Amino acid sequence: MGTPAIEIEGLTKDYAVGFWRKRMRRSLDHLTLQVQEGEAFGFLGPNGAGKTTTLKLLMNLIFPTAGTARVRGRSIDDVRMHREIGYLPEQPYFYDYLTARELLDYYARLFGYPAVERRQRVTRFLEHVGLADAGDVQLRKFSKGMLQRVGIAQAIIHDPQVVFLDEPMSGLDPVGRREVRNIILDLKSQGRTVFFSTHILSDAEMLCDRVAVLLGGKLQGVGAPGEIVSMEVYGMEIFFEMRVGSSLPAALAPHATRIGERYRVEVQEEQLYSALEQLRNCEARILSVTPLRPTLEDYFMKLVARDKTASHPTGGSAR
Amino acid sequence: MSTIPSVVAINTFREAVRDRVLYNLIFFALMMISASILVGGISIGIERLVIINLGLSAISIFGLIMAIFIGVGLVSKEIEKRTLYTLLSKPVRRWEFLVGKFGGLLLTLTVNTALMTLGLAAALFYVSRNFLRADVSILVAVYFILLELALVTALALFFSCFSSPMLSTLFTLAIYVAGIFSKDIRDIGILTQNPAMQAAARAIYYVLPNFHNFNAITAAAHGESIPVSLIWQNTAYTAFYVAVVLIGASAVFSGRNLK
Repeated sequence: MGTPAIEIEGLTKDYAVGFWRKRMRRSLDHLTLQVQEGEAFGFLGPNGAGKTTTLKLLMNLIFPTAGTARVRGRSIDDVRMHREIGYLPEQPYFYDYLTARELLDYYARLFGYPAVERRQRVTRFLEHVGLADAGDVQLRKFSKGMLQRVGIAQAIIHDPQVVFLDEPMSGLDPVGRREVRNIILDLKSQGRTVFFSTHILSDAEMLCDRVAVLLGGKLQGVGAPGEIVSMEVYGMEIFFEMRVGSSLPAALAPHATRIGERYRVEVQEEQLYSALEQLRNCEARILSVTPLRPTLEDYFMKLVARDKTASHPTGGSAR
Repeated sequence: MSTIPSVVAINTFREAVRDRVLYNLIFFALMMISASILVGGISIGIERLVIINLGLSAISIFGLIMAIFIGVGLVSKEIEKRTLYTLLSKPVRRWEFLVGKFGGLLLTLTVNTALMTLGLAAALFYVSRNFLRADVSILVAVYFILLELALVTALALFFSCFSSPMLSTLFTLAIYVAGIFSKDIRDIGILTQNPAMQAAARAIYYVLPNFHNFNAITAAAHGESIPVSLIWQNTAYTAFYVAVVLIGASAVFSGRNLK
């Protein structure tokens, strides 16, 4: 086990809600976890699970009701900790009267770099996030994807060892998502610790060494995506096409779904060969056979369903 | 010595410079000063007095509008647009951010006041074709306006640390108006001959900023000299009051959850 880059112990946050009669609502409930140096760590949960609250606590933007956290051995309320970290907030917004170059220069100034080094860094990081040609464009003319990239550039302008990204892929088109994904992979390959929150599970499965799942402010599980969910095959998916004029095998017909010219059928693993035999007998053309494993999404949905059941055990209305 | 407040201040200044609303205000102020030439033209014998009076009043009023309306948005705008989240994730202490914001707006106000003073000087020169030795008082009056603006900016910043821009504007305006009459409030307390009222009026007098001593417009218009002791006194008073208000603002803001 390496040195923890992030150590969170019993972090709790209560918010006062209501106007006249204030009552406390727990947004984060005794979160304890560790992230190792060099890990890409996914922080998963639906909206309102407490992900952004956790990140804001770690950035010292809000203060914990209880618990502590340290990043690379420094307490989160120590301003020196901020020299070692980079942060991209959710749906970032920057001073839109500045150009990308001016914005990055402004943030680099806060780290005390001299002018020459600032210029070099700004150019390097604009290139790194693919904005070399847009450096002198005012940010108010930037698309969401470009803003996200300039956001990542400002987070890493000082070469931090730990990078926190809050929903970095949220609201981006497929091209933008791929670009951000590549930047995260790049950071990971440079040995940096990347801690990012997301509710896009496929991204987490693709990028993360480990993930933590948060629901209702409570940690539900931590581990490699494959550990969190059972990787056992629970079925086989077959895609096939029928010859013109032939009909579906009787045993498969009730389970098959037609998608255009193709059919999809899901069978138990032990029934696979028998199903393939039946399809061969009626001269069907097999397009693909894929083992079905539970995804992080299935795990996630199961947790959400369990949480809902726990909140309303009678199954009746909340009222 | 931390350089962060100066970095934040320069960015605040840059934001103000790129904000078109500001140019409209300067344009209006310069128009007011130019209009004073017309008014001065029909005030035979007292052209200079009218121009100086109107010019300095325009500088003061437009400076005040800028100080309050930009001042109350200094913090709330950064929170609302979430630009503060990125800034505070850097090694920036909250007090450094506040001092930087204050410094940036003060720099903006100083540049604007200097521009408007140049406009006033041009108007004066246009009318009388020369400057008098007594016109130094105009510069002192402008300096007092700047001190007043520094106080108002600090107050606006303080209120914006915990209330909405609308409420902050109301609070700052209320304190400004009360500050003009703070001496009167004390005098009313004395007149009541009630020890409790006197103590309360005295407390209000000391807590409120005393803007009464900052008004040197009439003296400047009449070419009267302003005592050097008053310059020192107002400078020290402003430095002390601004420091106290900024410390208060930092204390409030440092404990605030940025939801």
